[in-house]
Amino acid sequence: MKSSVILFPGSNRDRDMIAALTKISGTAPNLVWHTDTEIPRSDLIVVPGGFSYGDYLRSGAIAARSPVMDEIRKAADKGVKVLGVCNGFQILTEAQLLPGALMRNAGLRFVCKTVKLKVENANTSFTNQYVDGQIIPCPVAHHDGNFFAEQDALKQIEDNHQVVFRYAAGTNPNGSINDIAGIINTKGNVLGMMPHPENLIESDHGGRDGRKLFESALDVVSVEAA
Amino acid sequence: MTKARITVTLKNGVLDPQGKAIEGGLTSLGFSGVDSVRQGKVFDIVLDESNKDVEAQLADMCEKLLANTVIENYSVEVLD
Repeated sequence: MKSSVILFPGSNRDRDMIAALTKISGTAPNLVWHTDTEIPRSDLIVVPGGFSYGDYLRSGAIAARSPVMDEIRKAADKGVKVLGVCNGFQILTEAQLLPGALMRNAGLRFVCKTVKLKVENANTSFTNQYVDGQIIPCPVAHHDGNFFAEQDALKQIEDNHQVVFRYAAGTNPNGSINDIAGIINTKGNVLGMMPHPENLIESDHGGRDGRKLFESALDVVSVEAA
Repeated sequence: MTKARITVTLKNGVLDPQGKAIEGGLTSLGFSGVDSVRQGKVFDIVLDESNKDVEAQLADMCEKLLANTVIENYSVEVLD
């Protein structure tokens, strides 16, 4: 399985993502600059975390209008898997590849800690190696992770089982509506999430619970011993 | 030259923690009777003469970039 990582000026979690993808798939991902108008053939396109364009205007707003986004949209239409983590999630909502918006954390502070995530939908191509209801630890690091959607849109998201991850009871770090931490599009090939699974893939990270997300998305079974 | 001012505000019902914090700041400065504060953004834009149908173009700018219409409303005012 071949993956690509999109780079924007101000991305800063790209290296962690590249390391995770390389380790898990055994192949380094293609690196695609935000002005590129072509993405090499990929099974998984990842929009990593960071502060693209300094988060000016709104988090992810400028990046969502960059040339490479048209290519991501085309690939997503064809069924290619797209994963947006943190700023990547913000970019995907700004690009309207995912519904809703990510607003300033309710507590107004940047949060950097480990939360508990509940796998709400293990029936997606990103989560099929987890089980429904499984609770995993996962780090978060963001200032604008407060997911919001208007009532009708929210109902649709819930009714369609588009909520893939929720902050487990009592660990919502940002005021996100319905404790939403990650959602998928209706077609099931575009996932956005605030937590950082790429920072939870080896024992030295304090756990390996993020691995299964990449193993699911890349359709690989990890060969590395625990 | 055409000058315009675009105001972007959060839609009703969208929580505004920053507005809340500002409201608290005003209250703690002793301003009484502040019922609520909502924070927004203002963009002052100057267009040159090459722009036809200025209003439509400004609205297009709002739709495509300046406002996130999932959470925000915008208004356009052509100043002169």
